[in-house]
Amino acid sequence: MAQGEIVAGCLAPHPPHLVYAENPEQNEPVAEGGWEQLRWGYERLRDSLNGIEYDAIVILSPHWQTYVGTHFLGLENFQSLSVDPIFPNLFRYHYDMNVDVELAQQIHDKAGKAGLTVKMMTNPDFRVDYGTITTGHMFRPQWDKPLVVISSNRSSAYYSVEVMQEMMMELGKATREAILESGKKVVVLASNSLSHRHFTTESEIPEDMSKEHITSHAMHLWDMRIIDYMKSGQCQRIIDEMPEFTEQAIAETDGGAFTWLLSTLEVPNYPAILHGYGTIIGTGNAIVEWPVYKHKEV
Amino acid sequence: MANGEIVESFVVPVHPHTVLAPEQNEGWGRLRKAYDDAAKIIQDSGADLLIIYSTTWPSIIGHQIISDPNPEWVMVDHDFHELGSIHYSFNIDVEFAEQWNAENKSRGLQSRCVNYHGFPIDVGSVVALTLLNPDNKIPAIIVSSNVYADRSETTVLAKACRDLVKRTGRKAVAITAMSLSNRMFTEHIDPKDDRIHSLKDDEWNQKILEFLSEGRLEDVGQLSRTIQQQIRVQKVVNFKPMWWLSAMNDNRNNLTGKVLAYEGIHGAGCAVVNLNPTPSGFGDKEYDEDDVEIFTGERGVLDSNVEQESKVETSEGPALWEPTKAEGSVNTDAAPKPVGAYPHARRVGDLIYLSGVGPRQPGTNEIPGGPIHDNSGKPLNYDIKEQTHAVVNNIARILEEAGSSLDKVLDVTSFLVDMDRDFQGYNEVWAETLGKVGPTRTTLAIRALPTPIAVEMKVIASV
Ligand SMILES: [Fe+2]
Repeated sequence: MAQGEIVAGCLAPHPPHLVYAENPEQNEPVAEGGWEQLRWGYERLRDSLNGIEYDAIVILSPHWQTYVGTHFLGLENFQSLSVDPIFPNLFRYHYDMNVDVELAQQIHDKAGKAGLTVKMMTNPDFRVDYGTITTGHMFRPQWDKPLVVISSNRSSAYYSVEVMQEMMMELGKATREAILESGKKVVVLASNSLSHRHFTTESEIPEDMSKEHITSHAMHLWDMRIIDYMKSGQCQRIIDEMPEFTEQAIAETDGGAFTWLLSTLEVPNYPAILHGYGTIIGTGNAIVEWPVYKHKEV
Repeated sequence: MANGEIVESFVVPVHPHTVLAPEQNEGWGRLRKAYDDAAKIIQDSGADLLIIYSTTWPSIIGHQIISDPNPEWVMVDHDFHELGSIHYSFNIDVEFAEQWNAENKSRGLQSRCVNYHGFPIDVGSVVALTLLNPDNKIPAIIVSSNVYADRSETTVLAKACRDLVKRTGRKAVAITAMSLSNRMFTEHIDPKDDRIHSLKDDEWNQKILEFLSEGRLEDVGQLSRTIQQQIRVQKVVNFKPMWWLSAMNDNRNNLTGKVLAYEGIHGAGCAVVNLNPTPSGFGDKEYDEDDVEIFTGERGVLDSNVEQESKVETSEGPALWEPTKAEGSVNTDAAPKPVGAYPHARRVGDLIYLSGVGPRQPGTNEIPGGPIHDNSGKPLNYDIKEQTHAVVNNIARILEEAGSSLDKVLDVTSFLVDMDRDFQGYNEVWAETLGKVGPTRTTLAIRALPTPIAVEMKVIASV
């Protein structure tokens, strides 16, 4: 069997506002658009990967929060209605997604061997979190590729961002090794915002873009700093500054997805492509691609 | 109007083990037994409403209240999915939910009702309602925990609810779905090995339970920040349920408390505690924080544009005056400042005469339901029901200050600036509030009021 590979890695945020604004048939509420900068960013990301072949998508979303280790969806198909518990006015999405259980099991086994606490999720009544669904939809609305869905182990809450990073670096390595051994071509997605301070009010028309901006200048500076590192191929610095960034920008990186992503890509030192940046209810969100396919070692 | 009250209060654990696997561990079994005993206490109390504040339902835009009359779905825990699924079908008191929501808004809180098919009721609420209200006999209310809320916001949320319970004559049970220490084992364990995660967590839990068993709820409330630091892992929602539960019980320290069970679930400190309003011996509080009635904002990141807009709107009205203080005058910070030289109320013998009361909010001067026109006089869309609710709440606060209450109102003269548009909405709110008290009433249409409001009431009450 040919060696598997990660063809691309992406930072692919999941505020439900993006799906809401797209008005796909699966989502019940209707919007008058909104958050175009980010939606166009997703469009550019999709275009950029158009023509690149892959077999599966691996997502880590901060909204399947597990406190007892890392969990993996372990059944072939999940169908239900996902209602966002925080923005139910915006997101009531009918999903039907297929899971690459074989690959999930392989990553699970590899991570378990590396000493991480892991578990397969095989309860058919389980409702997939809205973060996974939003990222899944925005990245590939056709839903025609099987997913591997990994939970967000909240070790940053139990210990510290440093310990979380150690564990997520390990999980990233295990993910990478399992993918290479699987013989499959895979895209990995970290589903998280950058700075993560929300407004505590919502405008009457949620998609009223005259009301949308970053919550504070400090948040903006942090987001730009992280984006600069990504664009200039200095991902090790992101890892190094992650504890500060996570604390000061209340960044959603506390869920571990971003660290895990960088680890699956072996902490890239080549420039990432920034497809878009924008704020959603005050939080900072970037859509970024690491085009591994362009940097393949010969 | 009948005086409602909180007839019982409970602290209950959130994890699904008590529903799905009580037989797998003796401690889980004892928690289940305590849950069943709590259900019995509730049944015997004659309660007609269960109010759940759930720490496993975080919210960002203020607080959310379930208003789906019959939420139904299947709940699977994010961590403990292997234990199975809980099918739920609950009976929600929609009218109370909507009233509480309006009440929250009139006190400066962000608040909204949630009524969507398939909304995922959180694990804590599902477990609590499944076990405490097994046949759904008693209608329930579920409210979220705001991620950013601190003490004052959480306290005001509770007071809005508590006053509504009193005003509407309900016999309510206040329930917080929560853990004490919340550190769980980070590895999978054999159920029979379950215990509290550490001795330190255990000792703190015991201390909290000692206080609660002595009925010292407000003391635990005042220790909330310390408890958060000592035995709480920084999960999504901080330790704030004791603020809510204490305010639901008038911030008292002399309740009658009983710990029905205390055990570990996957390491977390889980207890079923019953607090009954019967006074016990520990009435004193060592100190008190602000006894806040109205939320004026403390989170520091409110959308600055929004804040400025509302300031501009309210700064251009007539000047505000300090209330006058002639003999028998009754004035309170809990009511909006006068727009001239007069007091909020004046007492003569057993009668209290109120100056005209509008919906403006004390402190912020905001108008719930929105002003009727902007500064340039351009008409704005406003909500007469919210304005009317706010008027009634202001009246209640002034009467309370005067040693009276809403149920002693004798005569009301109401002024509406737009009878055609607003009479129906005004009349609906009247029916569910003062209408139940039964004062005489006269309603007049007038051209304008001094501030951009649509309704004002002139009240006479007895002491
Ligand atoms: Fe998120």
